[in-house]
Amino acid sequence: MTVAATIVLRGRKVVGGRAEGEALVTRQTIPGWGGVNPVQGVITETQHELRGVSFKDKVLVCRGAKGSSGWSAMYHTARLAGTAPKALVFNEMTTKIALGAVVMRIPSVTDFDRDPLDIIETGDWVIVDGDRGLVEVVKRSASRS
Amino acid sequence: MSTLHLTDAEQRMLDGRDGKARQKAMELLVRYAEALGAERFVDTRNVAGVPGSANPFLQNYYKDKNRDGLDAIFSHFDLDSDELVDVPQAVVPTFHLQGGADPTAWQTLGVKVEVFRNHQEREAFAAQHDVGILKTCTPYLAGNVPAKGEHLAWMESSAVIYANSVLGARTNTEGRESTSAAMLTGKIPDWGLHQTEHRFGTHRIDVDLDVSTVMEWGMLGYFVGDMVQERIPVLQGRFARPDIVRLKHFGAAASSSGGVEMYHIVGVTPEAATLEMAFGPKPPVEVFRYGRQEQQRVYDRLNATGTDSDVDYVMLGCPHAAIEQLREAAQLLDGKKVSGNCHLWIFTSRAVKSQARDEGITKTLGDAGAVLLTDTCSAFAQAVPPGTKVVALDSAKQAHYLPAILGVQAWFGTTRECINAAVTGRWSADRP
Repeated sequence: MTVAATIVLRGRKVVGGRAEGEALVTRQTIPGWGGVNPVQGVITETQHELRGVSFKDKVLVCRGAKGSSGWSAMYHTARLAGTAPKALVFNEMTTKIALGAVVMRIPSVTDFDRDPLDIIETGDWVIVDGDRGLVEVVKRSASRS
Repeated sequence: MSTLHLTDAEQRMLDGRDGKARQKAMELLVRYAEALGAERFVDTRNVAGVPGSANPFLQNYYKDKNRDGLDAIFSHFDLDSDELVDVPQAVVPTFHLQGGADPTAWQTLGVKVEVFRNHQEREAFAAQHDVGILKTCTPYLAGNVPAKGEHLAWMESSAVIYANSVLGARTNTEGRESTSAAMLTGKIPDWGLHQTEHRFGTHRIDVDLDVSTVMEWGMLGYFVGDMVQERIPVLQGRFARPDIVRLKHFGAAASSSGGVEMYHIVGVTPEAATLEMAFGPKPPVEVFRYGRQEQQRVYDRLNATGTDSDVDYVMLGCPHAAIEQLREAAQLLDGKKVSGNCHLWIFTSRAVKSQARDEGITKTLGDAGAVLLTDTCSAFAQAVPPGTKVVALDSAKQAHYLPAILGVQAWFGTTRECINAAVTGRWSADRP
């Protein structure tokens, strides 16, 4: 029996609060208006690697946001529809993702000491402490052994 | 770690001494500035957003929760406030971007009468709060042309990139909530493109191809956005000086495939008289070459969903057509008729439509069977003629969004190829 290995990433608070959930990871930027169905909580952009995938209740781990200025309003709508992610972990700060994180009111962290995209994989269990800027990662492979 | 500093006037608003609504607006702006890591706010006297607008989901959401009423959506959604507030007038010049439905031809768009009444009510709400009703994604072609160096709080990615790059004004891509909060405070976080050091180029694009048509500038924009994402590209190469329409399509494409909010074209845009001026103190982090192969790959991607050559619908005017584009469409259509199997809708602003009417362009378009519409577009309104399966478009931005939003097939080509498809009902184009 092995003890599940926990990796801790240190970053900067974007939005405070604490949440945990299963990671959904993409190296691509996340589209807003015109590339997401907020009521269903699904990415719809035709060429996106997460097309058809739901982000509801996931810890969304991504490069950042792209596209329309309707980004925040889309994810704000997702919060009202109950389809928002539980937390946000990202690398590239933009006004779109900052405002989106604020109005989703979910713990969010950026500016990490190590690249979360190199460490977190879809399916890992991730605990996000927004106030302290800490992200704990329990590898799926480790937690299953 | 950076700390946010507030002026006395900002603290006063945050403390609620200027009223509840401005307090809630300032609270939202403080949360937003802290998320960004901004250290202060900058004053703005030019806001472009969609204050108080509502889609059917929001309308029903707040109705279900007994929060109906015009102030409710503004309080709870625009300001993200849990408390209902009385919404005061805009304190700085504020303009309404695209939205709603054409005020006269709304039925053409398939809008139901109740929904249209809601749009009218919300437009009246905006106007009563001193919001200028531009109803366009191209405010810079409809009476709001910012000056170089002016600080803005603008939504609409294609307008933001135009204002920064072509006009030299300063704005980040703001959102629904931040523009509505700016409308009540005249404040926006001093971050990113408001600051000179963040306006320099990061990536160099060597254009090794004679880019000339509107469609070619759209493809170049789509390539650049994909390559640099949210960074700042600097273009140089052997192309002729692009006009307003080409710059509009280039920027709209770059802010769709990526998140580009500013670009430089050496010798063309105001902060790039030379390559050195465009990059400032730092050299490019990466260099991309754009040649024939790259252009063909973009063309194939934008045409990836097109399979049936029978075209049901041709849409022009993304971003909203400039008067030059309406003149061109009228010339191409003069003496011709749109096929009985096809529809041609052209979207523009109310201001440009009024000019087109005075120039006789509207009549030429109407005689040919084309429909000139304002306020919105097919992607924004999710409106196409009934039964549409295959569309033809001359905008890379619309070709990017429409198949994802409505599940239609899209052909992307020149304005001439699109008009030709409208007249014949068939797509026929040469791969460049």
